[in-house]
Amino acid sequence: MKDIMKKESKTLIIITGLVIGAAAVILVKLGNPGNMGFCIACFLRDTAGALKLQNAPVVQYVRPEIIGLILGALVMSIAGKEFSVRGGSSPMTRFVLSFFVMIGALMFLGCPLRMVLRIAGGDMNAVVGLAGFIVGIVVGIAFLKKGFTLKKSVPLGKLEGGITPAISIVMLILLVAFPAVLAFSKEGPGSMHAPIAAALIAGLVVGALAQKTRLCMVGGFRDAFLFKDFYLLSGFVAIFVAALIGAFVTGTFNFGFNEQPIAFNDGLWNFLGMTLVGTASVLLGGCPLRQVVLSGSGNADSGIAVLGMVAGAAFAHNFQLASSPLGPTPQGKIAVIIGFIVVVVIGLANTKMKKEA
Amino acid sequence: MKKIDARGYSCPEPVIMTQNALKEGESLTVLVDSMIPVKNISRFVANKKREMSYKQLDDGDFEITIK
Repeated sequence: MKDIMKKESKTLIIITGLVIGAAAVILVKLGNPGNMGFCIACFLRDTAGALKLQNAPVVQYVRPEIIGLILGALVMSIAGKEFSVRGGSSPMTRFVLSFFVMIGALMFLGCPLRMVLRIAGGDMNAVVGLAGFIVGIVVGIAFLKKGFTLKKSVPLGKLEGGITPAISIVMLILLVAFPAVLAFSKEGPGSMHAPIAAALIAGLVVGALAQKTRLCMVGGFRDAFLFKDFYLLSGFVAIFVAALIGAFVTGTFNFGFNEQPIAFNDGLWNFLGMTLVGTASVLLGGCPLRQVVLSGSGNADSGIAVLGMVAGAAFAHNFQLASSPLGPTPQGKIAVIIGFIVVVVIGLANTKMKKEA
Repeated sequence: MKKIDARGYSCPEPVIMTQNALKEGESLTVLVDSMIPVKNISRFVANKKREMSYKQLDDGDFEITIK
């Protein structure tokens, strides 16, 4: 019986990966920036811009994909009786870790999900990013093996779990009914977007599937290395396959390091940006996509992580820490180095000797 | 029988706790708070060629028994 359960779920996560890859290609076709059908870091950053938390004129837009992801996860978790309101597991630490996940992602110009989409589009800079990402995950695993923990969460009242979905509904109302109060890019990546309905539907479908399958880009490599468990990694591979096929079908496949959409070719900083994302995400328990999905399923700790990423994005653009297609900034390099120090301190401070517990 | 309480910990911690506590030829009981660690631990146990069963307790938590 267990074997049947295992097989079924692996089929579903592969289907989920294929759907995400295909949806990403379609969203780019419908107007999203190149290799950015989905990018949790970029979309949270654009949303922060629309709310004027950062004022970079080229990255301001309320991305309906994020709203869809949260609400899709909410509906699926309630339908599957998996909506569980919990929180209180080192919230400030989670905020800081996710802040630096965003700093690393905006150094590289993409979250782990966009990294896969970039590789599928032929952007070899993202292969360098992947190498950094894997190194970062290995470092994070070393902390886990030594007993790293952010301590227990506790069950909380239903309202606590409803707040993130409520905020996303407010964002949707603002976007559709009161766009005048928001800031929108007139040029640059923020001005490039699929129609609201298409983006929202794509988010809803992906959010629901990702909730059901627990798809996580960081978890894929983590579980493969830690437990030789390839369940989550199979979703990662499926996204790549679908997006690769899509890139050939739509004729957008462009192999190489140069002239890639919203990317730069400084290998060292592409590598280090994703190393920071990898380590901080392992300590956090999941990639940006997973945090967004969990925040819709009642997890208040992940809700805090999403806020941490939004704050990280706001700082990244207000203080020129984020890279641009021209490359990384000096401030951004310093921020990534500070990020490594902070993450290592958090890792050491929360690692206890196993016997102590 | 050895028993560990992994309630409140987010994945992959319950799986790591199981990995650390599970000994060859010894059974183990693991308490978790949702189906997510149940599924994750079930895959880990299957990879280790061990058998497990689980039941939901009255308070909503889950008790996994690994044989």
